[in-house]
Amino acid sequence: MSRYSKTNTTVFYTILIVLCMLSLGPIILMLLTSLKLKIDIFNDVSTFFFVPTLKNYRSVINDPSLMRYLGNSLYVGLISTITTLVMGCMAAYAIVRFRFMGRDVVSLTTLLMRMVPPAVLTVPVFGIWTFQYNLGNSLNGLILAYVAINLPFVVWILQSFIQQVPIQLEEAARVDGANPFQVFFLVVIPVIKPGLAAAAIFTFRIAWNEFILALVLTNRATRTTPVNISLFLTEHNIDWGRLMAMGMLIAIPPIIFTFVASKQIITGMTAGAVKG
Amino acid sequence: MIPSRVLNRATPYLFLAPAGIVLTMALLYPIGYLTVASFFDWRMGTPFADAAFAGFGNYAWILQDPNFKESFVVTMTFAGAVVVLEMVIGVGLALMLERPIRGMSVFRTIFILPMMIAPIVVGLIWRYMYNPQFGILNKTLKDWGFQSIPWLSSPQWALPSVIIADIWQWTPFIFILSLAALQSLPKSAIEASRIDGASGWQQIFYIKLPLMMPVLVVAALLRMIDAFKVLEVIFIMTNGGPGLSTEILSLQIYKTAFVSWELGRAAALSNLLLAIVMVITIAMFIYTKVRDARLARANAAAEDY
Repeated sequence: MSRYSKTNTTVFYTILIVLCMLSLGPIILMLLTSLKLKIDIFNDVSTFFFVPTLKNYRSVINDPSLMRYLGNSLYVGLISTITTLVMGCMAAYAIVRFRFMGRDVVSLTTLLMRMVPPAVLTVPVFGIWTFQYNLGNSLNGLILAYVAINLPFVVWILQSFIQQVPIQLEEAARVDGANPFQVFFLVVIPVIKPGLAAAAIFTFRIAWNEFILALVLTNRATRTTPVNISLFLTEHNIDWGRLMAMGMLIAIPPIIFTFVASKQIITGMTAGAVKG
Repeated sequence: MIPSRVLNRATPYLFLAPAGIVLTMALLYPIGYLTVASFFDWRMGTPFADAAFAGFGNYAWILQDPNFKESFVVTMTFAGAVVVLEMVIGVGLALMLERPIRGMSVFRTIFILPMMIAPIVVGLIWRYMYNPQFGILNKTLKDWGFQSIPWLSSPQWALPSVIIADIWQWTPFIFILSLAALQSLPKSAIEASRIDGASGWQQIFYIKLPLMMPVLVVAALLRMIDAFKVLEVIFIMTNGGPGLSTEILSLQIYKTAFVSWELGRAAALSNLLLAIVMVITIAMFIYTKVRDARLARANAAAEDY
């Protein structure tokens, strides 16, 4: 006999579905608004019955400056993710295999980094990047900042994957005459691919969504899309349809990632505090 | 050709170097720089080298500044309200919905979407929904015959509105964590209490919640830390207004530095915020260490039998 009766099951799934709608509702509203003409947005009769249009998306895609900002976002996201992964897995390998520092040190650093409010970094990063590194208003400056922000977490997550690589595998390669670099790139990297994928998703999402550092580090040419969206909101007459289309474009990659790797994402969000 | 012995010896350093250099340059150094800058009278437009030493001047100024006091209260209210409400709703829902769920991975995915999309976009959506003329919330209120609410435009409602948006975004985090904790509780303890005649509520308060406590404490502390990091959503929704009613410290730092151009003061303000969050983080680290040590001891004791 099942512990759960049939009416209970109905109530149970009804509650779950209501919760899903609460969760998704605002996002769906954004999608619907992005498909509306101005006249439908200001019309206060219905939210759900209107003739959908791609006009807003077309106007975003046909605007060269908006496409440029989208391109900046993509460039910064991709390059910073690749850089972080390369540096992160090398460091994680050294820490695990050569018993450098402890696992505790990495956990603590990850946790400390997770704690730093981004606003706190704005003043020093702005000052140093502009006056000392000569990286103000450049995409490379933004990439440097994102790599640094994401590194502790990437090292932390890759560590546990590298620990699971059987040492015999590496020893066998060694016996066959491989040097440490060959062991690392030809033996270790292929085995930890799932870990790299999880780390990549996490890093890319943070770089892609980041706003406040991008706001202080970029100018008219190097802006990323989140910064651009914020600038549109200060205007008096807000073009909501177009803005929501931009919002959708920014939201789509993270939404896809969530569907691919929801479990790893939850592990990542508790990095350093809860055992994954 | 480099001798392989040298290569082997140098390997760990070579592997650590890139990450080490970047972290030193772009993380450790900026945080050190922040501390130094907070002691200088540094304004936008002058190079840091020309700024005059101010001792504790910036800190003294901040501590007597009524705007700081107001912002501090707003930040604490926001963080406190958000953590308490999200814990109550999230844990409550988890207790209510605790049972094997078919298609849990789909539900989990849907629940974490609000946390995954850019905070800027979350702010955008909620600002749209709170719109006094065509926002869906006021429209619905009007349709149901209620008075419309001046969500973001009145000082009384702005903070609750911002809190509601955060609850929408982050309650699923607590919900998912506590559901996972519930499902991994030892079945024997719950079974035993049931046989002893404990009611559903008694099971919750005397068995389930105490056993879940380690996860709940960490979840609450993580939410607390994140609450102090919130910036974008509020920046987009209200930009701190009306007045200072939603100006959390993060936002005040940004405004002090990049609107008022007082970089030195902003650095001091940053240090104060950092100190607050640091205390919470260290508390959490110590808590997890103590918990792990206690667990290890319990396991060792169990093995002795």
